[in-house]
Amino acid sequence: MSENSEKNINVLFAGIGGQGIIRASDMLTEAAFRMGYDVKKSELHGMSQRGGSVSSDVRFGKKVLSPMIPEHEVDYLVAVSSDQIEVCKPFLNEHTIIIRPEDLPEEDRNSKMINTAMLAKLNAYLKFPHDLWIQLIRENFKGEIAEQNIAIFQKTEQNSAQ
Amino acid sequence: MKHVGVNVAADPLFTLTYTGTRGGLILVSADDPGLASSQNEQDNRNYAKFAQMPMLEPADSQEAYDFTIKAFELSEKFGQPVMLRMTTRVCHSRAPVTLWKTPEEQTTPEYVRNVQSSVMIPAFAKKAHVRVVNTMHKLQEFNETSDFNMEISRSRDLGIITSGVAYQHSCEAAPDASVLKLGMTWPLPIEKIRRFAESVKRCVVVEEGTRFIEEAVKACGIPVDAKDEVFEYGELNVSRVRKLLAHDTSPDEKGAPGRPPALCPGCPHRKTFEILRDLNCIVSGDIGCYTLGVLPPFNAMDCSVCMGASIGLGLGLRSALSEKDARRVVSVIGDSTFVHSGITGIVQMVYNKPATGHLVLILDNSTTAMTGLQEHPATGRHMDMTPAPKLILEDLCRSIGVDHVDVIDPVSQNAEYIQLIKDRLASNDTSVIVVRRSCILEMKKIAKLAKKGA
Repeated sequence: MSENSEKNINVLFAGIGGQGIIRASDMLTEAAFRMGYDVKKSELHGMSQRGGSVSSDVRFGKKVLSPMIPEHEVDYLVAVSSDQIEVCKPFLNEHTIIIRPEDLPEEDRNSKMINTAMLAKLNAYLKFPHDLWIQLIRENFKGEIAEQNIAIFQKTEQNSAQ
Repeated sequence: MKHVGVNVAADPLFTLTYTGTRGGLILVSADDPGLASSQNEQDNRNYAKFAQMPMLEPADSQEAYDFTIKAFELSEKFGQPVMLRMTTRVCHSRAPVTLWKTPEEQTTPEYVRNVQSSVMIPAFAKKAHVRVVNTMHKLQEFNETSDFNMEISRSRDLGIITSGVAYQHSCEAAPDASVLKLGMTWPLPIEKIRRFAESVKRCVVVEEGTRFIEEAVKACGIPVDAKDEVFEYGELNVSRVRKLLAHDTSPDEKGAPGRPPALCPGCPHRKTFEILRDLNCIVSGDIGCYTLGVLPPFNAMDCSVCMGASIGLGLGLRSALSEKDARRVVSVIGDSTFVHSGITGIVQMVYNKPATGHLVLILDNSTTAMTGLQEHPATGRHMDMTPAPKLILEDLCRSIGVDHVDVIDPVSQNAEYIQLIKDRLASNDTSVIVVRRSCILEMKKIAKLAKKGA
């Protein structure tokens, strides 16, 4: 059997420039690494600085080969901007779990911290330890911004648990 | 540097391989198959062959680290610069890396004068050419047994010769195939490749971009299965490698088109493109955020090729077109691109002035906005934000001898700006307008820094 026979988890982040797609995917990459998985992340941001589409593939498991998620093999699509779901269509399958801004309370959908909230939604499935995320948020943001991100993460986490 | 950056560096590169190097010298060059943000899909592996230098191709983050260290060792051992050839998916990537090399203390070497190897007059360069060829022969011999290349023995029904990130895709697309992974792809280990090809029933080269490996291998009489033309375009991925192996040339599944980029709301460049659109100008554009002037609602750009081309192209149009059309030609270039490769264009404009003159707009937003707000010589700051001598663009253009040099704010002096463009287009003089207003993102960055410093 091949070394890749144990199924990896494929998470695709998609949105538009400025929504923190790269940051969120970096945080998931780090989280997977600290959970002891092999992990690869690969992003395409092109001209995203000017509001264009941006996507980032995160794959983790026992052994990851290609850094890009193959067609129809996305397990979780984190669509920080819901208009990107159609763009990602070739990578989805009937079992793909799509996390979209509409899953968040209205007041959080346009928040600058939507990426952190979406990570909390994703973690309802991944079930990485709560403390690991809090630690990563503190490493990625400073002072008051970190506290605000922790607050939205915890709030989303609690809402997801209900 | 970026793949197209090597085009600019090609002149010194092709003779640098003749002079050789006394210390380690690495050229890191990253290609953009699929054109995520570039003007072409050129495959820089061809530079290694053309300029005659060894080339290493990492396939992931760990190899990017390992090969960089080994590239220095290789360069020092053979006295030849080494190309470390990357692609988007090896660069814009994140993965665990095990560090193994302790950084060494940097030493400053003694200067050794050696005109035979450093002054490339024909008499010396002839000998240097022979040295390069001999060195490349030695490198090929070295590569036949080097540990840069790795063979994975699985089923002998299918053998894949591959390199770079295509190796990862291949292992996932064809987990049962035998694989010859080439880490050093120039000069190629031809005998190793020959043995591998002979050991399998069907041998396929899986490579992104041009047929670099395939052609070299075939030229040595080794039969390999060639990829179909459609796989010369764009990036490979697991799905496409599966299709490549199956000679399946059906179109790839496509999602809805992504959201196109646009100039920011409040971007000072907007004013310029509104004016150029309304005046029906022929706009020779350049590389930066302002290339977005080509898209709606502006539709105000007629050509854009490479960094610095706006001025030369504009001058060419001025010379070639009828007077009526020539008068509509405007070159548009950003401040950092101007410093990079626009200055000689101004010299050309002054020295070989077209009959109708010319107008160059330097869109000075005081930063390199497109790539993430980097500093440059005309911002007055170094990359680390410490103060630097500031190149004054208008003084530079005046000193070159441009007839009219004006500085204007496109927002607060909008009416004057429109009139000025009209006046300059009507004249037969050479004109530069420095259109100066900071990028809104740059202003935020500076405000943040000021707050930090306070």
